[in-house]
Amino acid sequence: MTSSSLSAANGKPDIVTLERVTKRFPGIVANNSVDLSIRAGEVHVLLGENGAGKSTLIGMLSGLQQPSEGRILVDGVPTAIASPRHALALGIGTVFQHMMLVPTLTVAENLLVGGPWWQRPKAEELEARVAEISRTLGIGVNLHAKVSELSLGEQQQVEILRALLRNSRLLILDESTSMLTPKGIDDLGALMRRLVEQGLAIVFITHKLKEAAGFGDRISVLKLGRKVGEITPERLRALSEDEIIAQIVELMFGKKESDPEEQARVARAFSAETTPLLQVRDLAVPATATAPGLASISFDIRPGELLGIAGIDGNGQKQLAEALAGQLETSGGSVRLAGENLDGLGVGSRREKGLRYLTDDRLGEGTVGTFPVSINFFLKQIGTSPFWRKGVEQRQEIDRRAGELVREYDVRTPSIKTPIGRLSGGNIQKILIARELAEGVKAVIFNKPTYGLDLANTLATRQRVRDVAASGMAVLLISTDLEELLSMCDRIAVMSGGALVGTVENSGDARTKVGRLMIGLAA
Amino acid sequence: MSVETTQTSSTALEPAIPETGKGDLLRRLVMTLGPILAALVIAGCILLAVGVDPLAYYGFVIERGLLSPLGVQQTLTRMAPLLFLAAGLIVAFRAGMWNLGGDGQFLLGAVSAAAAGPFLVQFLPTWLALVCAFLLATAVAMLWSLLPALLRAYQGVNEIITTLMMTFLGTSLANVLVKLAFLDPSTTVPQTRTLPVEDRLPRLFDTTISSGLLLGLVAIIAVHLVMTRTAFGLKLQVVGANPRAAVHSGLGVPTLTIAVFAISAGLAGLAGAVDILGVQGNVRADWNPAYGMAVIPMVFLARMNGFAAIGFVFLLSILSIGGESAARRLGVPHHFTLVLVSIVLITLAIAEYIDHHFIKTRRV
Repeated sequence: MTSSSLSAANGKPDIVTLERVTKRFPGIVANNSVDLSIRAGEVHVLLGENGAGKSTLIGMLSGLQQPSEGRILVDGVPTAIASPRHALALGIGTVFQHMMLVPTLTVAENLLVGGPWWQRPKAEELEARVAEISRTLGIGVNLHAKVSELSLGEQQQVEILRALLRNSRLLILDESTSMLTPKGIDDLGALMRRLVEQGLAIVFITHKLKEAAGFGDRISVLKLGRKVGEITPERLRALSEDEIIAQIVELMFGKKESDPEEQARVARAFSAETTPLLQVRDLAVPATATAPGLASISFDIRPGELLGIAGIDGNGQKQLAEALAGQLETSGGSVRLAGENLDGLGVGSRREKGLRYLTDDRLGEGTVGTFPVSINFFLKQIGTSPFWRKGVEQRQEIDRRAGELVREYDVRTPSIKTPIGRLSGGNIQKILIARELAEGVKAVIFNKPTYGLDLANTLATRQRVRDVAASGMAVLLISTDLEELLSMCDRIAVMSGGALVGTVENSGDARTKVGRLMIGLAA
Repeated sequence: MSVETTQTSSTALEPAIPETGKGDLLRRLVMTLGPILAALVIAGCILLAVGVDPLAYYGFVIERGLLSPLGVQQTLTRMAPLLFLAAGLIVAFRAGMWNLGGDGQFLLGAVSAAAAGPFLVQFLPTWLALVCAFLLATAVAMLWSLLPALLRAYQGVNEIITTLMMTFLGTSLANVLVKLAFLDPSTTVPQTRTLPVEDRLPRLFDTTISSGLLLGLVAIIAVHLVMTRTAFGLKLQVVGANPRAAVHSGLGVPTLTIAVFAISAGLAGLAGAVDILGVQGNVRADWNPAYGMAVIPMVFLARMNGFAAIGFVFLLSILSIGGESAARRLGVPHHFTLVLVSIVLITLAIAEYIDHHFIKTRRV
């Protein structure tokens, strides 16, 4: 299904070519032997879920990171793109996902930033050039407006303008539509079209299939760091939009031939009469400037059941977990655990009642990095007996129990006095799991429990999650890894835009159904 | 503050888990004494530059601050308010809250004690009058910290700014109170009524050392034990080291924040009271010894360890008593003590950086 694109076929030369580019981070392979050819006059869409390796790829093209293996060719010449400045000099301009303009300065001032410091900024020259570019592209930018007064779409135009002012031949747009209105998205599409007609190359990164099909001349699909397929311009022209989308879904969520992590899942039957252990009704959280809200979230989890939450990252999964754990204030709805109403209770009381939350932010909020392993085991139990008596720390008791947990959960640490921040992610995760499974547990929310772990730790963690469910607890498993959910859950609910858009029994064609729900199509 | 912030977080639990080992202890000794010696040399150069013989200055400071019987008694007496202030700062800094309003809280505590003491001894037994004066000073200082505490707890307003602003206001308010409300009509000097010497805190044995020293030692050791050995102290340390982890663990961060400010300011108020009720006897107008600011570097040098802080406070006390004498004799401004302390702090920070860098390169 992949057509090799190393040869510069049909006349259009490659501006940039990636040859078997691999990028490794400690414990993670972000890009695995990716081939890519970026040609003048084409909008090349990079499509993939979060964690597929899109951002790392862009990082390497824009000079922020260097490949671990493989090489990047610019105009056919192997080039090490050493820095963002170097990338700009080579004609590679990047518009990042998050705006990189100074909000308190005017548009003109933002565009003049980066000139030689010993020269007076050439404001007249800038105005002339902007006028020319604006005329040919049909974009109107008020140079004297403050950036903070512009809409996000206008800010994006300024960023694109900035890249063009620096004579970019290749323009990389990283998730540029994620913050735009539908109108803004259409305008951006039209602008991209005009830019490639002038001979520019554009790399357009998105996880929205409609945009890929609508704007792209060539589509490459990334999955877990690998390029799993490419749709050439000829194919794109030949197919209808629906056919393109169907093909992309197949590429993104299709089954791998041989999956080492694949485990036969035994379907379990839950009788409908079983009283649910965790009941959530119409949970709502208002949206904030930076995070989506939640709207009428309802679900039940029966004892021993594993409910998965699928969805593209940032659709309210974290808010759901935090609202359930009591960290986030809700504006409506109710949560019942074993028939007991938890509404209005804080984090500590909910935990005491048996509702546990394994955070996905292990270092940011899960642990205190400078504190020893032993204390981190009991971070959520400070002041409770037998580790504290009348408020006084019982160090022997803490150390004894911590030693037991280290053995029981196979934590590899030099000592229980080692600061937890020095351990690897997998070992930190074992400590956090031990903490959440401390006695009294009834229901556990696992938020991306295997994120960033190596294979051995991933498998161990999954087994731990299964064991929790098997022992009769209610388990909510939030994950962006569809394979993980399919291999573990009894049911999978799909989250999008802060709401549950559908729930699928995990059997038979669940993969396709969930995949379609995730990208905004009915199951 | 950034250098100091990293110091807090990297050493937050250190006293609870001492890393044993002779090599480590030796290294630490070198890392502490080396920079202090370097600082003495640099400060000596400054003294040379202004035409003072540094050896004479240092000799004089040690002679008057440590070796002469009267000097060492003054030094030990001076430690009392400094220990209370250090105790208050340890609580705040370990909880990650930068209460820099110590001077305002100190002065308001001092004025409250100076107003209440002479008044209450007229019709209460001395010991009860003193206890009441201490309590009042604590309460007033706590009240003064309430505004920064509430702003920090519920609005996230940076307490460095607010406590500093409140300290300016507090200093002025203390002055106003001395000049208007509690002015002693029987003297021409603007000051509060004087607590008779026989009603002040008793002196220790046959010396001139005020028993405030013992109170200060008890306070700082108690604070140290609470911070390192109790659930309450650990909660405060979690808030200080990782506030998000504190929320995630279900700690009531706003309540803890207010408690930290109250304890920290209360101890500063006690420092003021112990100085008035033990030594000064009254507050003169425009009196501001600025102990709070001088103690901050000591607490950092001690890495928020209560026992180490006792040692550094002793050092500061010697410098300050000896420095005052040297100021009179050699014409070096007595603020030179602070210059010396800040040079020590800078050299220690540089040493820390070099040491850290060295360890990193050695590991690689």
